Amino acid sequence: MQLRFLVPVLTFVAIAVVMWYALFNLNPTEIPSELVSKAAPEFSLEAVPGYGPGLAKSDLATGKVVLLNVFASWCVACMVEHPFFMELREQDTVDIYGLNYKDTPTAAAEWLQRHGNPYKRTGMDLKGRVGIDFGVYGVPETFVIGPDGTILDKVIGPLTRPMFDMRIRPLLKGAES
Amino acid sequence: MKALCHLTLLLCVTLPFFALPAGAVFLDERLEDPAQEARARDISGDIRCLVCQNQSILDSNADLAQDLRQIVRERITLGDSDAEVRDYLVRRYGDWVLLDPPFKMTTYLLWIGPAVIFLIGALLMILFLRGRSGQNETATTTVLTREEQAELDRLFDSDGPGDRS
Amino acid sequence: MIAEIGQFVVILALITAIFQGTVPMLGAGQGSQPMMGFASNAALVQFVALTIAFICLTVGYVTSDFSILNVASNSHSLKPMLYKVSGVWGNHEGSLLLWAWILALFGLAVALFGRNLPDTLKARVLAVQGLIGVGFLMFILFTSNPFERLDPVPLDGNGLNPLLQDPGLAFHPPFLYLGYVGLSVTFSFAIAALIEGRVDPAWARWVRPWTLAAWGFLTIGIALGSWWAYYELGWGGWWFWDPVENASFMPWLAATALLHSAIVVEKRDALKNWTILLAIIAFSLSLLGTFLVRSGVLNSVHAFATDPARGVFILIFLIVVIGGSLLLYGIRAPMMKGGGLFAPISREGALVLNNLLLSTATATILLGTLYPIFLDAFTGAKVSVGPPFFEATFLPLAIPLIIVMAFGPFMPWKRADLAGILARLKFALFLALLFVGIIMWWHFETPVMALVGMGLFGWLLFGSFFEWADRIKLFRGPLSKSWKRMIQLPRSAHGMTVAHIGVALVILGITASEAWQSEHLGVMTPGETVTVGGYEFRFDGVETLAGPNYEADRGTFLASRNGSSGVFLYPEQRRYTDPPMETTEAAIRPMLSADLYVVVGEGDGQGGYAVRIYHKPFVSWIWIGSLVMFMGGLLSLSDRRLRLGAPRGARNQTPRTPEMSEAKG
Repeated sequence: MQLRFLVPVLTFVAIAVVMWYALFNLNPTEIPSELVSKAAPEFSLEAVPGYGPGLAKSDLATGKVVLLNVFASWCVACMVEHPFFMELREQDTVDIYGLNYKDTPTAAAEWLQRHGNPYKRTGMDLKGRVGIDFGVYGVPETFVIGPDGTILDKVIGPLTRPMFDMRIRPLLKGAES
Repeated sequence: MKALCHLTLLLCVTLPFFALPAGAVFLDERLEDPAQEARARDISGDIRCLVCQNQSILDSNADLAQDLRQIVRERITLGDSDAEVRDYLVRRYGDWVLLDPPFKMTTYLLWIGPAVIFLIGALLMILFLRGRSGQNETATTTVLTREEQAELDRLFDSDGPGDRS
Repeated sequence: MIAEIGQFVVILALITAIFQGTVPMLGAGQGSQPMMGFASNAALVQFVALTIAFICLTVGYVTSDFSILNVASNSHSLKPMLYKVSGVWGNHEGSLLLWAWILALFGLAVALFGRNLPDTLKARVLAVQGLIGVGFLMFILFTSNPFERLDPVPLDGNGLNPLLQDPGLAFHPPFLYLGYVGLSVTFSFAIAALIEGRVDPAWARWVRPWTLAAWGFLTIGIALGSWWAYYELGWGGWWFWDPVENASFMPWLAATALLHSAIVVEKRDALKNWTILLAIIAFSLSLLGTFLVRSGVLNSVHAFATDPARGVFILIFLIVVIGGSLLLYGIRAPMMKGGGLFAPISREGALVLNNLLLSTATATILLGTLYPIFLDAFTGAKVSVGPPFFEATFLPLAIPLIIVMAFGPFMPWKRADLAGILARLKFALFLALLFVGIIMWWHFETPVMALVGMGLFGWLLFGSFFEWADRIKLFRGPLSKSWKRMIQLPRSAHGMTVAHIGVALVILGITASEAWQSEHLGVMTPGETVTVGGYEFRFDGVETLAGPNYEADRGTFLASRNGSSGVFLYPEQRRYTDPPMETTEAAIRPMLSADLYVVVGEGDGQGGYAVRIYHKPFVSWIWIGSLVMFMGGLLSLSDRRLRLGAPRGARNQTPRTPEMSEAKG
């Protein structure tokens, strides 16, 4: 009998617990990729002028885990993660492929010249259609691609070392063993 | 796009009442067939823009929203049904893009919830009224219809003279 | 100096609030007059202190004192004066100060107008107000200090978001806060009643004016917000079921339910527990809205990332206030026993149904708003809950609610004669159906929902009017007698009729503008003419103009009908520099019969411009109706019986002492 008067406070406790959890653990702006554990979509793109032979779906199934980084010269946050990619390239930790998203050939080439080229191959998605097939909605985004060309994970926003160590390194190891 | 995010952020923080970034009128290429164009608009109106909070791609001038509007039109021209167009986008971006949440496992509670809330409330109301209804203290001289009399009898039978707590 | 004074008085207000929250509460327990009397003085001190603080911040804005961080990040020296002032509350920190100031204002109002309240009740109400103040002032001082200094001083400020540089929006937050904070008074009354362990008709009567005031302000606040969205956002929509809109709509629905259930407490001494719960919920929803909007849980995590302390602080505050009060409710409410019998077919029965529908609507919106967070937390799946969900669930609740709205007022207390009421309403029903018939005859292909909407409009409008006419026996005797009856009718009765008619007008506006809107979308070149909604729109071209702090591309349109001379419309596309942003200024010709709404957009580089033209029939009635609802509230508020919270009952025997009613209960 008394218990029914406690229903409101119990309801509120439930809401508060979820809010508390949401405050620390959820990111409402991050929409997880629908493509995880699916094959990468079909595409074939020309390279940024002067940067490799172009990029197609078949290039991604390399027998090892690789990264596909979506970047653009107009993207401010890309500059934040770029030095880290250069580092990865120098240490030869992982192969990185560059998907140049909604850019112009000259701007992209200039940008790579100025900031360095960490990519093994590049492809220009001038109209952004390949990006949409990949479910890209904000640049930068980084896909982790398995040995058979399956998408293993996607990192939204600038990739940092802690995030790399946490989310990508285990995938690299997993593929080795 | 980043700039837009920041704008939304700014508005979220400053406004008690949410502000959407100013809408503009767009120079979209429209479909020639008015019926198809109307379908494209209908679908776009229920597709959530990914880079702007709580706006449909129909109302957004974000770059990606423009691309998606164009894709919606393309799919329609290619003969897709409305459901197929939505499916095309859901395959890439997930259920999140649908402003009209689909009825499925993850949303059963959402869609059934209001009915459940109403039924529980109605049940409580009926219990309350039945517990409380009884002979009127100050008898009015209104003539009751037969149905009403029956209803009242039923209530009296179940509750006796009523709870006078 | 100014900032330091402001800072100092906020600290002073906090200390005062701490004492206001504790001393009178203890005093009420011990029956100590001086300790209880302290509450009013503390409320006055708090009000004066926060007024000074608010003036300080305003002076900072008006004089463009960029040594204050808040001014530097939200103002600009070139901004028009109105927006320098409204910029004070156009940001997180300043809006919180406004909140706190309004809270103090209401506290002072309780102290001044509450002379007739029993000492203990008044002391406890003011103490609870003080405790809420402690929370808000601590929030201001520890996480959101508007008086923080900036060194070095920048040459100029960042400017206010141009979307906010708008007269409609300048006054939207204050009204909304007046509503939210007004509900804090009702909340305090509820808590005080729980502590005292008694609720009686007198309590309901004391609470009523505060609820009415809060409800009226919320109505205006929400209406201003939607009006702003309508003309500023540029696509003619006025309600988007956005979480932040819902955050203001839920307290409004709860306050509406409270307004009605409190009447039952007042007249029938029943529904006490429920009314107390509603009072707590209404204010809790206001707070929850604040949390959802400012913590970033819903809209953007970045808001939270900028200052993690904020989200955590608000959540802890929510847990203390809402959790604490609901727990108190769980413990004390069972003691409260309602009296009186309750027939289903009666005024009180109708009001219970009203409460059922309004509460379900509130809960539904809460469910829709929180669902994505819950789902994400439990399963990691992401969904969006957009307008289609809210429309699909809100309408089935709104329709019966409106049907009952016309019925309810006809019903006498205790027991009603349904057949007799139907007999008296048959004329309204006939008129409503006639109305629908005329519409079908005029325009056969009208969508069903539009017919339903118009039918409901007619039903509620005529039903409300006939109820009023019935009360004053209009046309059933000499007019002079009716006149006399009308004068004698309590203002609250007039208020109800007016407010209900306001709702009817809002329904008219929504239905007609949705059903019969016509539009033209496309590229127009100068000299071109299109016809939309029976009006001819001639496009005369676009020119570039300079505004005070922006540059605008201004289009010129001539709208005319049947060869009349017509009116010019000047929609603009503005480019602000501080901060850099573009806004769309729709040109609107509001009329009672329809709004003409023109937006000009990008040029196509070949002399053409993207143009959007709407003809929106009766859309203004949404806001006129809201205003009428507000007037109804005011009229009710001016009721002699409510003034100064006097518990002098009309038909209510002698002033009832709490002891008596408890004995009776």
